[in-house]
Amino acid sequence: MKSVIAEHLVKTYSKGEVVALNDLSLDVEEGTVLGVLGPNGAGKTTTVRILATLLKPDSGHATVAGIDVIKHPDKVRELIGLSGQYAAVDETLTGWDNLVMFGRLYHLGRQPSIDRANELLERFDLTEAARRPIKTYSGGMRRRLDLAASLIVKPKILFLDEPTTGLDPRGRQDMWGVIQDLVKGGVTLLLTTQYLEEADQLADEIAVIDHGKVIARGTSDALKKQVGGERLEITVENEDIPVAQEIVARISGNTTHLDLRTISAPVLTGSVALMETLRALDEAKIHPLDIGLKRPSLDDVFLSLTGHVAEEIVEEPIKKKRGGKK
Amino acid sequence: MKHAISDVLTITKRQLLQLARVPEILVFSTIQPVMFVLLFRFVFGGSIASDQPGGYVQLLMPGIFVQTVAFTLASTAIGLAEDMKKGLIDRFRSLPISRGAVIIGRTFGDALLNILVLVVMALAGFAVGWRPTSGILQTTLAFLFLFMFGYALSWIGILVGLSVKEARTVQSVGFLVTFPLTFLSNAFAPTTGMPRALQYFAEWNPVSTMVAACRQLFGLENRFGATADSWPSQYPLETSLFYMVLLMVIFIPLSIRKYKNFSS
Repeated sequence: MKSVIAEHLVKTYSKGEVVALNDLSLDVEEGTVLGVLGPNGAGKTTTVRILATLLKPDSGHATVAGIDVIKHPDKVRELIGLSGQYAAVDETLTGWDNLVMFGRLYHLGRQPSIDRANELLERFDLTEAARRPIKTYSGGMRRRLDLAASLIVKPKILFLDEPTTGLDPRGRQDMWGVIQDLVKGGVTLLLTTQYLEEADQLADEIAVIDHGKVIARGTSDALKKQVGGERLEITVENEDIPVAQEIVARISGNTTHLDLRTISAPVLTGSVALMETLRALDEAKIHPLDIGLKRPSLDDVFLSLTGHVAEEIVEEPIKKKRGGKK
Repeated sequence: MKHAISDVLTITKRQLLQLARVPEILVFSTIQPVMFVLLFRFVFGGSIASDQPGGYVQLLMPGIFVQTVAFTLASTAIGLAEDMKKGLIDRFRSLPISRGAVIIGRTFGDALLNILVLVVMALAGFAVGWRPTSGILQTTLAFLFLFMFGYALSWIGILVGLSVKEARTVQSVGFLVTFPLTFLSNAFAPTTGMPRALQYFAEWNPVSTMVAACRQLFGLENRFGATADSWPSQYPLETSLFYMVLLMVIFIPLSIRKYKNFSS
C-alpha cells in the first residue's frame, strides 16, 4: 500500500519563469520513511506544501492515504501531521498554551487537549519549559515543540520539512532520536533534508531531487552501488608501493590508483578481496599502515548524479530561486 | 457548525492569551492614543478656538476615539502578516479547521482588544475634562459605533495582511492608509479651513462621519468642522452606518476568498 503518491507534479512561480517542480513523481510505502534529499531550491518544500494541501500544483496529481489532496484537502488534513522548516507556533504563548490550542483546533475536547499537551510535553522532554513562552526556548526545543504540535492527533502520515536545518549537532542528534522513535511507532514519514547523513540515518528509501525533478531513488545502499561498488584502499610505506600495487591489481583484477602512499582499486566482493590482500601482503612481508574498504558516501552519490556537490549549493544564498537554474 | 464556532473562539482566545502572557501589548496599544489625548488637549487645545461648552476636549475626544479604532486596520494587518511570516498560518491551514476561522478569530480578537483600549482612553479623556452630556444610552451607542467601525476596518486589515506579505511593508501600508484618513477629516481641526477639494473629501471621509456621529451621540452640537448643509454632516449616523455595512459587505467576502486561495 502506498500512503503517499505524487504523480507528475508541476509548479511554477512568477508566471512560469521559475520552475519549482518539473514533472516530479514519488511515492511512500505505508509505514516507511522516504527521505527527499536535495539542495536548497531543488523543490523539496514545494513538494511538501502540495502534499500537505497548502499549495495547488499547476498540473499533476497527488493522493495521501488514497485521498486526492486537491479535491478533498479537508479530509487529508485530518490524517496528516506537518512540521516545517520554521517552528510554526505562537512564540508569545507558552509551550503548553500552544499544544492545548492546537488540540482544540483538532477538535479534541478541553480536557483531552490538556491531557494530550501534558503527554507530548513529557515525551519531548519539555515539561520543565512548558509554562515558559516559546520565545525563551532554544532552537532544538522549538523544533521539538513544533513536532509535538504536529503529533496531537497521532497522525498516520507525517511530513517533516527539513526538521534539523539550523540545529546544532546536539539538537540534531536529539531530533533524530525523536524521529526514530516515531518511525518505530509505525508512522509513515516523508522527510526532506539537505543533509546526506540525515537521509542515510533516517530513511528507508531516498529520492534525490534536483531542479524540481527526482533524479534517482532507491535505498541508501542501492544508490551507493549505482555510483560504483566498494573500493579497496591500502596505505603502505614508500618502498613497498610497487609490490603492494602488484598485489592489489592481481586480486581486484582492475587497474589501481595511487594517491601518495594509498593504493586503491574497485573490487567486486569487498570482504573476500580484503582477506586475500591481507594474506598476500603478509606473505610478501609488507605491513600496511592502513587498510580498509571504502563505500561511496552519499556525497559521492550526489556528485555523480548532479555534477555538483549538495553542500556547496547550500552555502550559496539562493533563497528566492527555487530550482530555476538552467 | 459547532466546530466552526469553537475554531473561531480558540483563535480568538489565543489573542487574549497573548495579552495575558505579554501585557506590554495592551500597554503599547493604549499608550499612543493616551499620548494623543494629552498632546492635543494641552498643546493644541489652548490655541484651537472652539465655541463648544466644555472646550476643545469635548470635540477632541470623539476624534481620538475614531482615530484609535481606525488604527485597528494596521494592527490587524500587521498581526496577520507576522503570523504568516512565522509559518503559523501554514500550520493553521494544515489543520482540519473550518475555512475562515483563522481570520474571523483574528478580527474578533482585535475587536476585543479595541474594547479594552476604548475603556482606557475613555478614562484618560475623563481625567482631562471630557464629559459626554447625552446620557448613558446615547453614550453607549457611540461606543457601539466605534466598536463596529474598528471591526469593519479590521477586515480591510485582513486583506492588506494577506496581500502584502512582509510585516514591515504591511506596517507602512497600514499607516499610509490610516494617517491621511484620520487627518483629512474633522477629527482635530475644522474642515472649513482646508482647500475646497480636500474639504469635499473630508466631508465624505468615513472618519469624519464617524467623528460627527460620535459627537452627536455624546451630546455635542455638531457644528465643528463641518459645512452644515452637506449631506454627510446632516446625517452622520446614517452615513457612518452605511459605510460600515458597505466595508463589511465588500471586504469580508474578499478577505475570506483571498485566504482560501492564497498560496505562497
